[in-house]
Amino acid sequence: MTSEGATGLQVALVAADRTVWSGEASMVIARTVEGDMGVLQGHAPMLALLTDAAIEINAPEGVVHAAVDGGFISVADDRVSILTEHALLAEEIKVDEARAELEAAQGLPTGDEREMRIRRAEARIRAAEKAS
Amino acid sequence: MAVSLREYRARIKSTESMKKITRAMELIAASRIIKAQQRAQAAAPYARELTRAVSAVATFSNVDHPLTKEEEDPKRAAVLIVTSDRGLAGAYSSSVLKEAERLVERLREEGKEIDTYICGRKGEAYYKFRQRPIVQAWTGFSDQPSYDVAAEVGSTLIESFLKEQGEEGDVDEVHVVYTRFVSMLTQEPTAVRLLPLEVVEGTEAPDESELLPLYEFEPSAEEVLDGLLPQYVQSRIFFSLLQAAASELAARQKAMKSATDNAEELIKKYTRIANQARQAGITQEISEIVGGVNALADANAGAE
Repeated sequence: MTSEGATGLQVALVAADRTVWSGEASMVIARTVEGDMGVLQGHAPMLALLTDAAIEINAPEGVVHAAVDGGFISVADDRVSILTEHALLAEEIKVDEARAELEAAQGLPTGDEREMRIRRAEARIRAAEKAS
Repeated sequence: MAVSLREYRARIKSTESMKKITRAMELIAASRIIKAQQRAQAAAPYARELTRAVSAVATFSNVDHPLTKEEEDPKRAAVLIVTSDRGLAGAYSSSVLKEAERLVERLREEGKEIDTYICGRKGEAYYKFRQRPIVQAWTGFSDQPSYDVAAEVGSTLIESFLKEQGEEGDVDEVHVVYTRFVSMLTQEPTAVRLLPLEVVEGTEAPDESELLPLYEFEPSAEEVLDGLLPQYVQSRIFFSLLQAAASELAARQKAMKSATDNAEELIKKYTRIANQARQAGITQEISEIVGGVNALADANAGAE
């Protein structure tokens, strides 16, 4: 259905205060609360909640990696919008900071806050590692 | 000559330095407005997509969510007032506060008690001075609000809205008073009801082409709505903070511009008076000299 380099999806990765990335892509991989999901051209309209994880966008100029803090993805008419409060492209992620954050979070007492911060830091590290 | 020439000169000097300050503030405000507008524009796609998603869920599922539920007998209302941190912005803060007073008055007439939440130091000072209770105040960001602040404000308001009636700190309605940025010249203090949410924006039915596609929801429509609505509320608050920031800067620019103009007027006026005083001094000196010479001449003539 989609060959290498083909596009067919209009993708927008939107954070609360800016559009992080937008353009054409052939595939989007994101992690919803129910598991990983790939979106290709012709996907049925859907709205899904995302978890804190790394996402991948296969654009003609290369794969774009980014980390999102929750949010959701909406797909309709080959338009994919990923909405999240905070999003960082792999290039913008400072791995050292993310690692320090991960360590700081692991030192916290067990609880939702700790879980969330660990998940977010891990998502960032993963996105940055995949990109490099 | 009530005031001496020297004093007028000193006044001109101090007015001039004041003019320099107000001019600088005007320029700073002008350059920040552009940034504030860009930020508002950058935040627009998120708000648009979010509204679209919310109306998609609302269209295809029965919206029955705690955040949209109207309380049958609302007793308490929360009012969030967005003011500035700093003054020197003309009537900006006071007109928001006046609008808030009107809203509070109206809500009181409807028999509701008011919980006040405030953004910005000016509003906080206004309420503290009058010794009115504030539930919570957030300060220090009025000219460049970040989304994190909006999220914090939003989650506080949502939390107290979701409490059961009768519980400590429960509110049944949330209103926001902020200044809408209409243009560089006009900014309007506006009061809107934020919660319970009215999901459908605008009343006209969408065109045939704009009909929303039939969405699948993952994990379920209710859970998606659960995730969406708080973010929607926060994005609305973020929007009002951004508008307020742009309005504040525009108001400040306008105020500083008229301050600069007034300083110019004042300098002109003082220069005229100073010149008059100088001239009067010279004239007096001349007439004194002439009078002295004449008196000497008369005395000499009398002696001969």
